[in-house]
Amino acid sequence: MSESAEQVIRSQGLTRRFGSLVAVDHVDLEVPKASVYGFLGPNGSGKTTTIRMLCGLLEPSEGKAQVLGLEVPKEAEGLRRRVGYMTQRFSLFEDLSVFENLDFLGEIHSLKASHRRSRIDTLLERYRLADRRKQRAGTLSGGQKQRLALAAAVLHEPELLFLDEPTSAVDPENRRDFWESIFQLADEGTTVLCSTHYMEEAERCHLLAILDHGKLVANGTPQQLMDDVDATVVEIQTEDPRRVREQLAGMTGLLSLAQLGNRLRLLLHREVENPVWQVEEELDIDAGATVQVVRPNLEDVFVVVTRDEVS
Amino acid sequence: MKLLESVGRIVAISRKEIRQLRRDRLTFGMVVAIPIVQLVLFGYAINEDVRHLRAAAVDYANTQNSRLLLADAHASQVIDLVRKASSAEELEEWLRRGEIRVGIVIPADYERRLEDRKRHGRSARPLAQILVDASDPATYGSVAGLLNLPPPERPGIQPPRWRYGSAISGVSNPPPTFEARPFYNPERRSAVHIVPGLVGVILTMTMVLFTSVAIVRERERGSLELLITTPMKPVELMVGKILPYVLIGLIQVGLVLGVGALIFRVPLRATPQDTIVAALVFITASLTLGLLISTIAKTQFQAFQLTFFSFLPQMLLSGFMFPFDAMPRPAQWIAELMPLTHFLRVIRGILLRGARVVEMRHEIWPLAVFALVMLTLAAGRFRKRLD
Ligand SMILES: Nc1ncnc2c1ncn2[C@@H]1O[C@H](COP(=O)(O)OP(=O)(O)O)[C@@H](O)[C@H]1O
Ligand SMILES: [Mg+2]
Repeated sequence: MSESAEQVIRSQGLTRRFGSLVAVDHVDLEVPKASVYGFLGPNGSGKTTTIRMLCGLLEPSEGKAQVLGLEVPKEAEGLRRRVGYMTQRFSLFEDLSVFENLDFLGEIHSLKASHRRSRIDTLLERYRLADRRKQRAGTLSGGQKQRLALAAAVLHEPELLFLDEPTSAVDPENRRDFWESIFQLADEGTTVLCSTHYMEEAERCHLLAILDHGKLVANGTPQQLMDDVDATVVEIQTEDPRRVREQLAGMTGLLSLAQLGNRLRLLLHREVENPVWQVEEELDIDAGATVQVVRPNLEDVFVVVTRDEVS
Repeated sequence: MKLLESVGRIVAISRKEIRQLRRDRLTFGMVVAIPIVQLVLFGYAINEDVRHLRAAAVDYANTQNSRLLLADAHASQVIDLVRKASSAEELEEWLRRGEIRVGIVIPADYERRLEDRKRHGRSARPLAQILVDASDPATYGSVAGLLNLPPPERPGIQPPRWRYGSAISGVSNPPPTFEARPFYNPERRSAVHIVPGLVGVILTMTMVLFTSVAIVRERERGSLELLITTPMKPVELMVGKILPYVLIGLIQVGLVLGVGALIFRVPLRATPQDTIVAALVFITASLTLGLLISTIAKTQFQAFQLTFFSFLPQMLLSGFMFPFDAMPRPAQWIAELMPLTHFLRVIRGILLRGARVVEMRHEIWPLAVFALVMLTLAAGRFRKRLD
């Protein structure tokens, strides 16, 4: 019990197949209490499928998972009052008003009428929806819908919150606000598991798991992941990136090469010694390029850990 | 406590459903428009020729000739004599309960009447009586063809020339063999027959469609994923979804019968309680069929197709479009499995023949069994899962 109090979610070899497709492939997870745990992965990497299995909505093809000390999906009914789930797609009722949506869910969760009203009022204030109370949910903006969905997911004060790409339909400013709300929840003791495909969001999480093609390819704190990246990152500033690219194409130890405006970002094998010198060797003297080694970011981590799958 | 929470959730779901329905103008319009349009479309239907009507006879004379008459009537194929009654009262009772459509009463003085007919010709009394359930005009139309069936006589006694009718014996235009006594719809207007049937058809159409779409819509819009992560139980969702439509179904029944009585002067012989009881059982049966469909269909379009797929055979085989007795045996067996078939018999029985619901219980229990089977299948299929 003390262990499951520490680890809110644990899974061992969690796997889900759809026909011949392996959507989630032997995923082992440990999510500690009151953490914001990020699920980073491109579309189709199995984030939603994993969350659904953890909620007891999908049966695992293989493996096991315990959520809040309960086996899923067998004991999933025991989770219903303790877990909040914000689906990837907006799943509230578009033809009901903001208040009606929350009131309905409050009734489904058997919240007492007086408590329900005050809780809804609090949430509408907190998520800046008080002036939208009577508006139909279908006519809200992307950011408002997202805040309503979050309010709905936390209405019954769950211990554990699943957020599936909560910010995908939202502008950057709203996204920042949203993350403030998420950390507020974590401060209050809620454990949050949040999937995303935005690097800068992933970087905010306490802990991070990177998913690719259903496999968990790396996990740890964002800092750990960046520190431990198995590559050297080299940045080249140049007037003629196209020409430089051509010249670097055949370089030994080159893992990947990405262009960002006038900069080229190279990932080189750790074994490559004296990387700056090696790169300059490849370039013409008249290329006019400045070469330097830089700190890896999460994007680099991602490229490195998913490289085997891509090739 | 648990039960109270359960009821609370069911009420919440029903209230949400009604709210959404009120805001969905098209669906809301259909609730009213379907019954009225159908009523006008089917109000003036065409009569059909019917054979093999279920019939029974009481033979007070019980002579060789009277038996021959019954045999001939049977051989005409218009009626199938399936039972013998002990009295005319029993015959009428069976007729009212819908167990038979036609009854033949042969009076004790049959032989006398046969003699009279030879002597007095035209002025003689009819030989026997035919009781017809005329609530279906098609039935009456077919039976009318039997009225002049020439009475057969035992070959030994009968003078051979008489066989060829009254012309030879000098008597012109003998009276009809049978005197017809149409029951329940003496004017034989088809609207009288169609309107109660229409109650069943409209309920079949709307009830199955509304429920089959109700859960699939949640699935399609993504709200099912939200709902199944709440403490709500499948049966609560089902009952909560069904309840508003039970009410809508009853409103439709009232609408059809009200308009039918106003425009087509359909006599309504049933008590309101009987009508409501019969309608409730059938509405429940249709709603549970819709629920089953909703657990099979993945999209609203599929739900619509499946609904139509279940609707068409009921429409064709239940006895609404074509007279039940005229259908081949295998079609009748299939029709017995359909709720509309039984409901049509019930509703016609109570509305047109003034039967009580308890008298129609032999048609009520198949509906109840149907609803139970469907609900069991639906609840068994519905899982709080997405796969
Ligand atoms: N119900 C399903 N049936 C078949 N394939 C599915 C189903 N759900 C997801 N998949 C497949 O599983 C893979 C992972 O999907 P998903 O978990 O939705 O990824 P993500 O959420 O990371 O974008 C995808 O290839 C997707 O097409
Ligand atoms: Mg997803």
